Amino acid sequence: MSDLAELALLRGSLDHCIKCTICETACPVAAATPLFPGPKYAGPQSERYRVLGEPSVDASVDYCSGCGICSQVCPQGVKIAEINAQARDKLKRQRGVPLRDRIITRPTWLGRVGTPVAPLANLTLRLRPTRVLAQRLLGVHRDAALPRFAGRRFSRWAAARSSPRSARRVVYFHGCGTEYYEPWEGEKVVAILEHNGFEVITPRQDCCGLPLQSSGLFDDARKAVLKLARALAAHLDGEETIIVGNATSCTLMLKREAREILALSEDPTLRLVAERTYDICELLLELHHRGELRTDFRALPETVAYHAPCQQQGHWIGKPALELLELIPELDVREMDARCCGIAGTYGIKAEKYEIGMRVGQELFSQVQASGAATVACDSETCRWQIAHATRREAVHPIDYLYRAYGLGQPGV
Amino acid sequence: MVTLTTDVLVIGGGATGAGVAWDASLRGLDVVLVERHDLAQGTSGRFHGMIHSGGRYAVKDPLAARECIAENRILRRIAADCMEDTGGLFVTTPHDDPAFAERFAQGCAQTGVPCEEITPAQALREEPRLHPGISRAFRVPDANIDVWKTVWALAHGAQQHGARILTYHAVTAILRDGDQVLGARVHDQRGGEDLEIRARVTVNATGAWAGRIAELAGIEGVRVFPGRGIMIAMNHRLVNTVVNRCQMPTDGDIIVPIRTVSVIGTTDHHTDDPDDQTVEQREVDQMLDDGEKLVPGFRQARALRVWTGVRPLFEDAKAADTDTRDVTRAHALLDHEQRDAVNGFVTITGGKLTTFRLMAEQTVDAVCRQLGETRACTTASEPLPGSERREHYRLGERLARKEADLNGEQLICECEMVSRQRLEQVIARTGSTDLDDIRRQLRLGMGPCQGGFCIYRATGVLHARDGLGADQADASLMAFLQERWKGVWPVLHGDQLRQARLDEWIFHGVLDVEHLPR
Repeated sequence: MSDLAELALLRGSLDHCIKCTICETACPVAAATPLFPGPKYAGPQSERYRVLGEPSVDASVDYCSGCGICSQVCPQGVKIAEINAQARDKLKRQRGVPLRDRIITRPTWLGRVGTPVAPLANLTLRLRPTRVLAQRLLGVHRDAALPRFAGRRFSRWAAARSSPRSARRVVYFHGCGTEYYEPWEGEKVVAILEHNGFEVITPRQDCCGLPLQSSGLFDDARKAVLKLARALAAHLDGEETIIVGNATSCTLMLKREAREILALSEDPTLRLVAERTYDICELLLELHHRGELRTDFRALPETVAYHAPCQQQGHWIGKPALELLELIPELDVREMDARCCGIAGTYGIKAEKYEIGMRVGQELFSQVQASGAATVACDSETCRWQIAHATRREAVHPIDYLYRAYGLGQPGV
Repeated sequence: MVTLTTDVLVIGGGATGAGVAWDASLRGLDVVLVERHDLAQGTSGRFHGMIHSGGRYAVKDPLAARECIAENRILRRIAADCMEDTGGLFVTTPHDDPAFAERFAQGCAQTGVPCEEITPAQALREEPRLHPGISRAFRVPDANIDVWKTVWALAHGAQQHGARILTYHAVTAILRDGDQVLGARVHDQRGGEDLEIRARVTVNATGAWAGRIAELAGIEGVRVFPGRGIMIAMNHRLVNTVVNRCQMPTDGDIIVPIRTVSVIGTTDHHTDDPDDQTVEQREVDQMLDDGEKLVPGFRQARALRVWTGVRPLFEDAKAADTDTRDVTRAHALLDHEQRDAVNGFVTITGGKLTTFRLMAEQTVDAVCRQLGETRACTTASEPLPGSERREHYRLGERLARKEADLNGEQLICECEMVSRQRLEQVIARTGSTDLDDIRRQLRLGMGPCQGGFCIYRATGVLHARDGLGADQADASLMAFLQERWKGVWPVLHGDQLRQARLDEWIFHGVLDVEHLPR
């Protein structure tokens, strides 16, 4: 099947819509701004008016953040967020892609430029005049949470050591956030996996293409995800070897989104990679259910607020992080039930969308503040940056708690 | 009894009758048109919406092909706003005789139907859901037409030139004095009055019902075979181009993208009754299977509703009763002065929607002959009201209009994007309290939920605007629901069944419509 035929079939899921409006009531963006007319309207309803090859007439679909909650709550199986993503792609191709989107959708490129000059880059990116200028020139909101370059790369650390040989092997997909901004998260993932008897292979890898996809740059996104899939698949030697990642939106990209939204379901490599990919917490909880997870946890007498990001919910695996955190003695885990922090990848840093993103996240931020927890655990890095920015609290990946509870020591921060 | 006097009385408010009214009024004749229901509620409103390029007839009926392409070109000029320039494709699927393609290309060349062969790969790029096994593809200038918009434009145009359009007026008698037809007696089905319309010439433009009107005039032998065909509207555009199978015309071999839906058609069964709206289950099954041959997955796509159209096929002694498709599709103009020595009466029947303007032209020519006057036809160049800019309709128009006033405009019908403002305008303009009449003006309630979410809203708006009694508003709501149900139930499966269940909960569970005061 051609990718066009595949997209036409995905679009055909609009047939399942019975107008029940459940998606409209769940959409966090429509609730926060009148600029987005809502998922039912922008998705299955408007799609009936869109003609292949004719110009896009509904720029409002660009205000969809792509969080995917609509598709998750739809009781009929309409691929609402995916239809919206296609409409955005068409709009972007027609309008031309702003320079900003060309830059912020390429974390690999950004990371390579920023890492060697990290102190300077971090300082510059925190200076008010720079941010005002960046908003004016690039449309990156001056108050938006931007990550700090770590100044070192996770892959260098991984290449300099070797994981103890084992019959149980995992291919580690660390993603760009770990590579350039939070290498310590990767070091903790490796330590936890090795603690549980895995040999961890870290192939050379670049961006999965998700930022490109969510900004509607589909062709570039396809190239990126296929390149990554080949890099990871090259290490899938045995039947048992799996891929594990800690960037939950990026693992979702490999599992499902690239295949559906980018119409790549028939690519055999991507299919293999999709079948073998696990979110880190998903894997650890599955081990626990099989009685294979080490539970030699120390008590952590503290309170943590846990937020399951939208993209994590898109895995359809429940909230494994929550169950894992509850294995840790004396850890008081507070589940936040607000849906979305508002960042949606790069949506919330864009000048025209920052305020919307902050309004979307308000309920979550209030819950966090009311929880009494000093720290928030969350599976997605961009969500962590947004939550930390908005609540002035530390935000970490849930595996940080497992790492500490295992007593695995201090990674080189 | 009120008596009206006019030059021309047109009986029948389909495309042909409205076309005759428009043509005659442009020629300076005074016109009254009567229609027993609403405009374009019969055969004209019950077809698939296609304007033929002539390709379909290129092999089998070269004269029809020539007429189609000539009229196609004219309609693009005069009815631009009613039409969408979708283009058409003739494709050879694995189910078709591959040898037909050459005959088709030759037929098009001989009849002057523009036809360009493209590669199957190109066709699949343009229409990704087409059968991937197609071996040949030809591009032709097929198009679609919004027939209600067209007929209303013809009627409004005629009214601007002085014509009177009387809908819901049924003919009860043809007035005749010796060999002169003097007009007709009609019954106002809503007002309850009878009136007499005296005309110098009476035009019988009642299509499949033409035999009955001729009989009322005491004219024998006008026999019209009603050929019944079903069409199914699918929930969205599976294709954006009119797609035809490249083979001798048969059942279910055309898919027409029209407005937000795609329509597959049609079947062909002889019936004795032009009001026969039967839909047989096997016809539905056959049509869905036929769709599968053009668009794999057709059966999984959502069927919205099905309807029956009855073609007027003028009798040809050579044709067998059972297959009306072989009866001539050409139109028949009967000048009863010449045929029966009855003056002041003309019958026009047969034909196809694509050639309605030509039929009207020839009819009014005959009217002028009977009147002994020479008046030139101008409908080939005079644009219909609304089409003066000669820009074709685009599917995205309603979406674009809503986008321009995203939060200001309240949508009543979400599926077909009908705003409250537009609904109120139409209610005010037409004075109609019949939601089904309003539907044909606005496409209200014609989308996926088939009125499930908009009709109770529209009923409220109707009630508020018009000062209508609750009982009348309720009756209109119930009549609308009943009318929608008629088209939905024969194709009720899959997604549409789920929709029907939800709609049922809304109307029975929440609104308890069975026990509304009325």
